[in-house]
Amino acid sequence: MLYQQIARNKRKTIVVLAGFFLLISLVGAAFGRLFAGTAVGGVIFALILTLIYVVVIWGQSTDVVMNMNHAKEIHSAQEAPQLWHVVEDMAMVAQVPMPRVFIIDDPSPNAFATGNDPQHAAVAATAGLLQMMDREELEGVMGHEMSHVRNYDIRLQTIALALASAISLLVNFAGNFWWWGDGSRDDDDDSAGGVIALVGSILLIILAPLAATIAQMALSRNREYLADAGSVELTRNPQGLISALEKLKNAQPMKAADQSSSALYISDPLRNARHRPFWDNLFDTHPPLDDRIERLRHM
Amino acid sequence: MTWIIVLVIVILLVIWYVAIYNGLINLRTHAQESWSQIDVQLQRRNDLIPNLVSTVKGYSNYEAQTLEKVVQLRTKINSLPDSAHQEKMAASDQLTGALNHLFAVSERYPDLKASQEFSQLMEELTNTENKIAYSRQLYNSTVASFDAKIQTFPANIVAGIHHFTQLEYLKVPESAKETPKVDFSDLQQK
Repeated sequence: MLYQQIARNKRKTIVVLAGFFLLISLVGAAFGRLFAGTAVGGVIFALILTLIYVVVIWGQSTDVVMNMNHAKEIHSAQEAPQLWHVVEDMAMVAQVPMPRVFIIDDPSPNAFATGNDPQHAAVAATAGLLQMMDREELEGVMGHEMSHVRNYDIRLQTIALALASAISLLVNFAGNFWWWGDGSRDDDDDSAGGVIALVGSILLIILAPLAATIAQMALSRNREYLADAGSVELTRNPQGLISALEKLKNAQPMKAADQSSSALYISDPLRNARHRPFWDNLFDTHPPLDDRIERLRHM
Repeated sequence: MTWIIVLVIVILLVIWYVAIYNGLINLRTHAQESWSQIDVQLQRRNDLIPNLVSTVKGYSNYEAQTLEKVVQLRTKINSLPDSAHQEKMAASDQLTGALNHLFAVSERYPDLKASQEFSQLMEELTNTENKIAYSRQLYNSTVASFDAKIQTFPANIVAGIHHFTQLEYLKVPESAKETPKVDFSDLQQK
């Protein structure tokens, strides 16, 4: 099952990649047509910009993601012996190299993994997690994260994240250009062009959150179930993860978490936020904890 | 023409044979490497034990018998030859039991429990114990894939020619399944 899962993730990565490039080309075409009168030029410009952006992000995605989530790297077992040792154990049984380890100073218990591939992976845990979980529970959580690493989930997430940010960068760029362009030709009263520009930019603004949604859908909920199963395969101890998930149910929302990376966490870091838009439920990145616990009980 | 076809078939067969042989060697090396991982951890735990003994000695009469047993088992593990996998692991499991007992009773000695040195040692030993368990799990899964491979066609032919024999699983101790009994009766009387 694991090998099929890895193969499927690699295929999915290509599909997500293609979808994003299509989207970026569309944004570029609209942008080029609106402001330079050439759709092809816009596409080329957008693709080059994206390529540069993705290459830069790919090189330092771990640091970017960790920064966005206010995570600090620890370099030795002395700084957090239990966490470090548990991660070491899980990396050993998962047969992947020891990842970089980070701690997020947030009282809410949570954890995530990120990176480009198992050789360049990183895991982060919040201070709340370390304080609240005993060793077996921590093993369950870190086993879940190491499963994400081993299944190449982290690569898919990194690419989706980089492309989603590239799109919002383009949209911002187009927005600024529009304002600037609008101001420079205020005497040029061509209302038709103004309407097209308005409609176009509204479309672009709609496209950005859509892209983020596509990315999150690609990181399907099924992935979380699989990582839970993977964790039990590593620890041989479903009880540890079950009681960890039970504790996560009562967790407060995180303050340090960045919304764009919320899909990475073991449990949705913003789940309990009060002012949650109604449509958010449709695009939940995580299955309900109760369902996950139920599945673990039946293993 | 026929000669060329025969030659090609022979070459393909040789390549195929070599590939299977190399695959078997790789699997066996992998199993041997995972045994040495266990060995590293056994050694590390043995290195920690003198520290443990000197730390707890200060507390009068602290489980003198158990300590003696721990030291004996340590010597036993050191003296066993590297090839005696099962015996080594059996002694290691006894040592695990003795150490668990030591940690369980440490609850009765608040001074000892509060000492920084002891809690560090406890983390180190727990870490090593966990690594022994996990590397044993890893060893057994590498052994399983090697054993499965040499029994299935066509690798079984190659394995037969080169006398590859099945590797032995490390038995999981009965005691590992029990939770250590902690006796709090002393505490309640105070």
